Amino acid sequence: MKKEILFSMESPYRDTFRIRGYRFGEGEKSLAIVGSMRGDEIQQLYICSQLVKQLKELEDKGMLIPDHEILIIPSANPFSMNLEKRFWAMDSTDINRMFPGYNLGETTQRIAAGLFEAIKDYSYGIQMASYYMPGNFIPHVRMLETGYEDIDTAKLFGMPYICRRKPLPFDTTLLNYNWQIWETKAFSIYGGQNNEVEGKESTSTINTILHFMQRIGLIDKSIRAHCADYNSVLLDESELISVNAPTAGIFYKKKDAGDEVKKGTPLGQILDPYEGVVKSKIFAPEDGVVFFAHNKSLALQNTPLFKIHKF
Amino acid sequence: MIKTIVSTALPIDERFMIKKNVISHGTGKKRICIVTGTHGDELEGQFICWKLQRNILDNLEQLDGTVEVYPALNPMGIDSITRGVPNFDIDMNRIFPGNPNGSMVEQTAHAIIEDLKGADMVIDIHSSNIFLREVPQVRININDSDTLVPWAKHLNVNFVWVHEAATVLESTLAHSLNSTGTKTLVVELGVGMRINHYYGKNMVNGLLNLMYEMGMWKQSVDKEKIITPLLSIADEVSFVNATHSGIFSTETHNDQIVEKGQLLGQIISPLTGEVIEDVLSPTHGYLFTIRAYPVCYEGSLLARIHNL
Repeated sequence: MKKEILFSMESPYRDTFRIRGYRFGEGEKSLAIVGSMRGDEIQQLYICSQLVKQLKELEDKGMLIPDHEILIIPSANPFSMNLEKRFWAMDSTDINRMFPGYNLGETTQRIAAGLFEAIKDYSYGIQMASYYMPGNFIPHVRMLETGYEDIDTAKLFGMPYICRRKPLPFDTTLLNYNWQIWETKAFSIYGGQNNEVEGKESTSTINTILHFMQRIGLIDKSIRAHCADYNSVLLDESELISVNAPTAGIFYKKKDAGDEVKKGTPLGQILDPYEGVVKSKIFAPEDGVVFFAHNKSLALQNTPLFKIHKF
Repeated sequence: MIKTIVSTALPIDERFMIKKNVISHGTGKKRICIVTGTHGDELEGQFICWKLQRNILDNLEQLDGTVEVYPALNPMGIDSITRGVPNFDIDMNRIFPGNPNGSMVEQTAHAIIEDLKGADMVIDIHSSNIFLREVPQVRININDSDTLVPWAKHLNVNFVWVHEAATVLESTLAHSLNSTGTKTLVVELGVGMRINHYYGKNMVNGLLNLMYEMGMWKQSVDKEKIITPLLSIADEVSFVNATHSGIFSTETHNDQIVEKGQLLGQIISPLTGEVIEDVLSPTHGYLFTIRAYPVCYEGSLLARIHNL
């Protein structure tokens, strides 16, 4: 394992901003993994840290396949993590909306440029991502439809779903989009949540990534990585049925991401925040599985609480 | 007449509302919309909305058409000194044209577009952010320049910046409206979280002048007082970014011609007493942007200069 600083920048008042990378093996630039880019992506950081630990052990045991290099960047934004702010604290910009970056531009454009320079020449790229709305997901691989997306390779993760969506103009500055344009096979992994490290989801995602590394020939096939291996369902995000809050109030959730539901199954209730009575009951519109579930206790009117994948 | 164009329930005993004031007079069918408050930290538009309406209401007989004033497209943001939309951590000017089936904020964006569509002119007023001080200017996508530049010249601004098209800007309110045939001019002036009365009064004169040119304001504005703007067409702007982090200290004001090599300011270290960097103008030109917020990181924008 080689530990190095990929990008650094002096701050006016804080310690130096550093993006650290961990390299394993030598040879062809095969896989880069980027953990947290936002300050609340703790699970993403945790997963990368566990991968660093495991790859170090595997390298010490000689179980990495020769002539390949793997780069792991647990966090590209330690400054925001230490402040518990999602975005770059000074100007609320999002590093993940700054790609491919610009090394003579604004601060977060420079960070993105420094990061992209370090990761752009790899054959495969994995980003541990998060969603802009608070919620729980079925673990899945997400990719933007650029014409370069590689669904067959995405299936090698063995995750339950591969979710593809058409990029909006706003999305052309995402890492996933730019990685693809620069001919890296890019995958965003949604492990479930942002802030929790305990539980089966993190372990499962770690093993899923190790599994993927085995299948693309980066680590020894004899390594046992326990995780379910699904024949992934490919879905277009536009196929998901959105179940929106008919009214606002306290949201009492009865079903969560991953639950199978029948048409008419109660999904949750909206309660009057002062009087406790039920204002609205929310039912499944179709037979299917809950792909996304809002995970905050307050609900705004007309805002998606669930997204259902219809059987 | 006050109209509510969006009303959505918030969880606890409150509604999220976007309001406009509609002032009509005469038989004219022309309609101009003044929108602002998309970013909650930009306040110059608030004074302009007030001052414009005072002028119109005090001289209502001069109006022949409809003026619609939308002071707050992001009311929760303005109320909480938040640039984006507070509940969504999202920049409202990156989600247009919105989505009638999306989240609350996407539905709001859709409703705003539907309400503005078909106006003869929309003026989208911004006031930079807390970091940068701007001379009054209109910004126009190069693809819209033939249609919009002639109108921008009536607005009494110092500068018209015709910039290159960028894919990411296709999600703005102005792009969404211009691409569907509703003429929209983006105005930038002043600095975030502050109101400059001088700029505001000039802009109100510009708006009345524009309305006169549109045939919906009868009284001609004194043309001697209307500024002829400097026009900058794509790629004529030099950006000055900090090469070091520190405190940007400057006595330089924007709205002036600077020479190549002229000192614009310094980046200083309050800890060591050193001057970390002399910030020099890279070109001879018109300084239209200067940094207002002293703390800067490597890469922070310090100035923008139109090359002469």
